[in-house]
Amino acid sequence: MEIRVRDFIVDNYTPYDGDDSFLASPTEKTQKLWDKVKDLMQQETKAGGVLDIDEKTISTITAHDAGYIDKALEDIVGLQTNAPLKRAIMPFGGIRMVRSSLAAYGKEMDPRVEDIFKYRKTHNDGVFDVYSEEMRKARHTGVITGLPDAYGRGRIIGDYRRVALYGVDFLIEQKKKAKDAHSKGRIDGNKTREIEEMAEQIRALGELKEMAAKYGYDISAPAQDTKEAIQWVYFGYLAAVKEQNGAAMSIGRISTFLDIYAEKDLKSGKYTEEEIQEFVDHFIMKLRMVRFLRTPSYDELFSGDPTWVTESIGGMCLDGRHMVTKMSYRFLHTLVNLGPAPEPNLTILWSPSLPQNFKNFCSRISIETSSIQYENDELMRAKFGDDYGIACCVSAMEIGKQMQFFGARANLAKALLYAINGGKDEKTGEQIAPVSEPVQGDYLDFDDVWGKFDKICNWLSELYINTLNVIHYMHDKYCYERIQMALHDEKILRTSACGIAGLSVVADSLAAIKYAKVKAIRNEDGLIVDYAIEGEYPAFGNNDERVDRLAMDIVENFMKKLENNHTYRNSKPTLSILTITSNVVYGKKTGNSPDGRKAGEPFAPGANPMHGRDSHGCVASMKSVAKLPYDYSEDGISYTFSIVPEALGKSKDEKIVNLANLLDGYFKETGHHINVNVLNKEVLLDAMDHPELYPQLTIRVSGYAVNFIKLTREQQLDVINRTFHTRF
Amino acid sequence: MAIGNIHSTESFGALDGPGIRFVVFLQGCPLRCLYCHNCDTWNPADAAQRMTPQQLLEMILSYRHFIASGGVTFSGGEPLLQHAFVEEMEDLLAAEGIHVAIDTSGIMPLEQIQSCIDKCNLVLLDIKSIDATLCQTLTGASNKNALRLLDYLEQTGKPVWIRHVIVPEYTLNEEHLHQMGKYLSRFSSIERIELLAFHKLGEYKWEQMRQDYKLSGIQPPTQEEMQRAKDILRSYHLPVHE
Repeated sequence: MEIRVRDFIVDNYTPYDGDDSFLASPTEKTQKLWDKVKDLMQQETKAGGVLDIDEKTISTITAHDAGYIDKALEDIVGLQTNAPLKRAIMPFGGIRMVRSSLAAYGKEMDPRVEDIFKYRKTHNDGVFDVYSEEMRKARHTGVITGLPDAYGRGRIIGDYRRVALYGVDFLIEQKKKAKDAHSKGRIDGNKTREIEEMAEQIRALGELKEMAAKYGYDISAPAQDTKEAIQWVYFGYLAAVKEQNGAAMSIGRISTFLDIYAEKDLKSGKYTEEEIQEFVDHFIMKLRMVRFLRTPSYDELFSGDPTWVTESIGGMCLDGRHMVTKMSYRFLHTLVNLGPAPEPNLTILWSPSLPQNFKNFCSRISIETSSIQYENDELMRAKFGDDYGIACCVSAMEIGKQMQFFGARANLAKALLYAINGGKDEKTGEQIAPVSEPVQGDYLDFDDVWGKFDKICNWLSELYINTLNVIHYMHDKYCYERIQMALHDEKILRTSACGIAGLSVVADSLAAIKYAKVKAIRNEDGLIVDYAIEGEYPAFGNNDERVDRLAMDIVENFMKKLENNHTYRNSKPTLSILTITSNVVYGKKTGNSPDGRKAGEPFAPGANPMHGRDSHGCVASMKSVAKLPYDYSEDGISYTFSIVPEALGKSKDEKIVNLANLLDGYFKETGHHINVNVLNKEVLLDAMDHPELYPQLTIRVSGYAVNFIKLTREQQLDVINRTFHTRF
Repeated sequence: MAIGNIHSTESFGALDGPGIRFVVFLQGCPLRCLYCHNCDTWNPADAAQRMTPQQLLEMILSYRHFIASGGVTFSGGEPLLQHAFVEEMEDLLAAEGIHVAIDTSGIMPLEQIQSCIDKCNLVLLDIKSIDATLCQTLTGASNKNALRLLDYLEQTGKPVWIRHVIVPEYTLNEEHLHQMGKYLSRFSSIERIELLAFHKLGEYKWEQMRQDYKLSGIQPPTQEEMQRAKDILRSYHLPVHE
């Protein structure tokens, strides 16, 4: 017997074509429990974002005793620490991060913990031992930012379904066999590492059983019914979030898997629809409560305390059937039963072939909650098959068979300014990139700037990959994801997932240089610090081939450059166009740009056109974004779309159908990802003034969703200033 | 070949006809409606873009996947002021199987626009006022041509959506609404009636155009007033939309 979760799903799932009329409302138990959680979350907000911290216990899978919200009410049990919303310390990624987080929230480092790290090195220590001067500088100026060098790298999805389907004993047995087999023949450095990793995986699986036992469950054997299947899956996930403070901790693609258990129980009469929805509601509450201890500066980059518990729903099966089940509905229905929420990050794998009922249901939930995102199953299925999930926001990977080395992003807008200034930083004048000839003369010439930009990108891509290689070497060494990797095959595909920020700034800048006249303005040191645009230029986001082509070329060129570099563990370089909320910080760190953007002003998020420059309506904007080549940006292309409800149509039914058709259109045009917000600006403005009235107001930001009131003021303004499609 | 004088295009129209529509705003309008929110489309000489039918078609076809559920709406300005261009577009779009709606005030004489009307799939007819005097005050022109167009649509069985803007102190008038309800109730080609609330989002354009905006002192109708107007028309069994 081998581990074949995908085959189990395909052989046993029941596609559901009906509508949402079967769904059950929250039970009294659910309401009571959710009231308690909501109350805790409000206390957390009042306390400044962190309710409590266990600063004494280094978090491991088994470090904490069992914890409950209210044991008598909970169908699905398990908390990261011994109390709800109490955060754990996970210092193996970096003790510095723990130290500064504790300081920020008024707690002292425990002397015993401090002492341990006199002898024990962390991932963060390792990275800074090896970082070169150039790497430090690039990191400091912000031409490369958001590197996972201070905490867990995340973006690894354990196949938590394996716990339910096989039970832990079988998984241990399989890993032991694999380890024995791998230990034969010549053993070199790489193989030693792999064998040691397997040993750690086996140990972690043992700890997983131990952790479940604290809650009174024996998970050595497979789950027998829906409730157990949810509980087993959750235990697997819980072990991961006890062990890793990952940048993004997705849960995978579990709903259709779980539906197989639910169908069986409904048929046999073991559970009713109400009971099954109750299990799901309780499970989702738990996922909404995942917390990590992070510093306020982290929050500046990725605002709103996100965890990216991404769950992928829907999609098509390779055999031609759709994979929508009743459980797909039940998961989405939690947004109604429990109200809107940013987590879990519910992601619809959209195909024009999904049943119309489901499309309309998703569309309605989007209109009512602005809490879900959509990704193109047609594009991804062709590359990843039909059992992939989304890590973090947009990154597809085959579940249990693939992982990524997450690599934040390169600031291409800043790189363009370096190209213009001969490798000098436009804000400080400091030489960051190797010396090259700066732009001469009064007016910028397109061919000249393009050539210089190309050269800078050679330098940047090499430096970027080298930096990632250092980070991931150290992460494997000091902070290996034992339990998550235990829920993977032994042979896996690894990717080095790079990213870019400021795409629309660069595309518009180049379009301005090419189609208008851009005059360079120098300071007394001869550094070009500002630009004057004479005439008009086509801006990205208007379905104008002249500039859209530039954006496509920028992506393709940068990706090709990444491919020229050697990567850690022979991982496959990939690229995403995704910023999350870091577009604000990147903008802050970047000077005036030739597109007319002023120094410090935010970039557009992800692959979005710049604020207010897409003037031909949202479909034109979508067309431009959809042109960006997924083949050269396989780690995802994020687009955030905000529209006022009145512009979607007149009646509620028209709005629902129009939004579903809009999504069909975008994905047929090979758009990869879209966040959908259906909101009025006035609501957001009011929420800024009266946050207490909007505890659950959720808004989609590049690739994830946040509680609007948890954003920093700057980010709130950025969201409000973004193009809202409003014509009516 | 006619050349189109185009004010602007909107790639996502969900309010001008069924489904998702590409909306073409044609430049030029003979009317001078007091509440106009697009007064920058009045002067036929002010066109932002001049396009051949083929160029516009190409642009529209690039949005094919989006407008499959809807189509194209010609609006303005008064689109039928450029009826020759619109008619060429209709031929091209019909060949592509794309639904065409014309959003018109009906001001143009029927003789000139008849074949253009025959070729479209839907007319969005904006009846400014059923009352001849009020129509003159509001728009500077008579409503005769519009009502004649409505008769013609009825004769030819062409689907029509009636639009009517509710302006306090002008069309927000129960007597006129009853009069209109009664008048419209005999037309079976009316598929839908949309009452639009007067708004002032276009007021800034009047200032930009150095025009005297006479409705500055008038506030948009309340929701209750809009509901009341809808109820009056509904009492004549008319298909008034939400």
